[in-house]
Amino acid sequence: MADAIVQVHSVSKSYHRDSIEIPVLQNITLDVPEGEFLALMGPSGSGKTTLLNLIAGIDRPNSGSINVAGTNIVQLNESALARWRSRNVGFVFQFYNLMPVLTAFENVELPLLLTHLSKKERKEHVETALNVVGLADRIHHYPKQLSGGQEQRVAIARAVVTDPTIIVADEPTGDLDKKSADEILLLMERLNSEFKKTIVMVTHDPRAAERAHTTQHLEKGELIQ
Amino acid sequence: MKIPLAYNLRNLWTRRLTTLLTVGGIALVVFVFAAVLMLAHGVKATLVSTGSDNNVIILRKSAQSELVSAVSRESASLIETFPEIAADNTGKPIASANMVTIINLRKKKTNDMGNVTVRGVSPQILAVHPEVTMKTGRMLQFGSNEIVIGNAIADEFDGTAIGQKIQIGTSVWTIVGLFDAGKTGFASEIWGDTEQLMLAFNRPVYSSLTVKLKNPNDFEALKTKLAAEQRLQELEPKREKQYFEEQSEFMATFIRALGLVITIIFSFGAMIGAMITMYAAVSNRTVEIGTLRALGFRRRSVLAAFLVESLMLSFFGGVLGIIIASLLQFVTFSTTNFGSFSELAFGFSLTPDIVVGTLLFSLAMGFVGGFLPAFRAARLNIINALRAS
Repeated sequence: MADAIVQVHSVSKSYHRDSIEIPVLQNITLDVPEGEFLALMGPSGSGKTTLLNLIAGIDRPNSGSINVAGTNIVQLNESALARWRSRNVGFVFQFYNLMPVLTAFENVELPLLLTHLSKKERKEHVETALNVVGLADRIHHYPKQLSGGQEQRVAIARAVVTDPTIIVADEPTGDLDKKSADEILLLMERLNSEFKKTIVMVTHDPRAAERAHTTQHLEKGELIQ
Repeated sequence: MKIPLAYNLRNLWTRRLTTLLTVGGIALVVFVFAAVLMLAHGVKATLVSTGSDNNVIILRKSAQSELVSAVSRESASLIETFPEIAADNTGKPIASANMVTIINLRKKKTNDMGNVTVRGVSPQILAVHPEVTMKTGRMLQFGSNEIVIGNAIADEFDGTAIGQKIQIGTSVWTIVGLFDAGKTGFASEIWGDTEQLMLAFNRPVYSSLTVKLKNPNDFEALKTKLAAEQRLQELEPKREKQYFEEQSEFMATFIRALGLVITIIFSFGAMIGAMITMYAAVSNRTVEIGTLRALGFRRRSVLAAFLVESLMLSFFGGVLGIIIASLLQFVTFSTTNFGSFSELAFGFSLTPDIVVGTLLFSLAMGFVGGFLPAFRAARLNIINALRAS
């Protein structure tokens, strides 16, 4: 697929526990077109989070190549990879992973500290991102002063504030009640449709997967269609 | 760009009890460290301020102190005729021939005997040392068995009130006045008439001669002259400040060396404390570290952030320690000066050098204590760190 923004080719990954090798992903090939909203589903231990981590550049495959927006990230050294992540990947985690000692504003500002934006420009970007997720009035709240759904919305604002190439979300609704989960999924749909963001989401919630354009299933480290 | 300082500061505030205990441990070590330096500096400052720029002390060559020095009457008379020496309105040279010895007096606080320097002085003494003034009573009458005592002696020793009598040598002496020598070494001395004291000790020679120069720059001229004069070959002039500084050197060095050994041992405790605190911080914030790394912060940013946090701890400890140590400036301390073998009252003195040195010492503790935990934080694997929840 020529316009695929993410190209995973023949990727295998295994972990070592003591001296035993545990295969996690076997010969995975996957293309994600630009503007796609892809859900990765599968049972626990199927390797879906590992695949997501590989695409996001926080883990490395044993073999194969991963191209994201024209860069083969497997070949990047550690610090180049960190730089690449800061520009190309927005992360949404199951447990939000906000810094508890920083306000909503400061949490969203964090990835911008890795750019060359001025303080004023950073402020504008942060306010825009918090506006998009509907938390403009919670800007100076600390995470513990927010509900789970609000925390996840701050995390989404943090993920989009740098205008990344792809957004990776690992069980974004896994820790939320149904109502909050719906709001988060609605927000992600909006990011995809309105702002044309490419999203790769790991979930085992079928309702979450329904919101995605495409769903890929993983089982025992292999993609099944 | 770096992880913001607010992140570190607020984390320190969030675990404020641990922070406070760690800061307290560092502050204690810093306090001891600063106190030792202040004490060493206090000894030096006290003795150095005893000397004056204009004054020259003449001792027997190679005499380490006035106690082991001898200057004959003839030599003293000859030196007093040198034109470099200042004169009073009546044309008399401003000089004091000193006889220095040590007596025992009972200390008020401990009831132990302590050594006290007795200095025989000439009538010109208050012109030689104008910084010394009479506080109460009057100056001694030269030619009589009267003595005046320094302010630190009056505070420290028994039987030193005006009107009381003290046995010195073969005679009994009456205290007629109390002089104020500020925080100089003279404050720990008893002064009497040189000629009378020499009689009481049956001594034929002075210990030293102190002269006031017309101009402080005349010292070299005086020195050259003394070296050229056949009759004065056994004598050597020293600037008074330099003489007293040398007197303080051994004591100050001893205090510093002993104190530094002790504080270095203590500092290991404080460093281990900081290390434990920072290891706990790293393990409590493993997920945060994983998240920061995932967002694109590099290992070195994480290393710097945790190192900065440890440095902040040690900086606060350093500042607290210095604040407590600065209170010591209000305390006066008395002990035997090894240079003169007699009691010397001195204070702790805080200088900008000591403040800077002490802060650097505490930052060094923070750096050493924080490095391994920070290194560990930086080495964390992103995936493992994110899973730590």
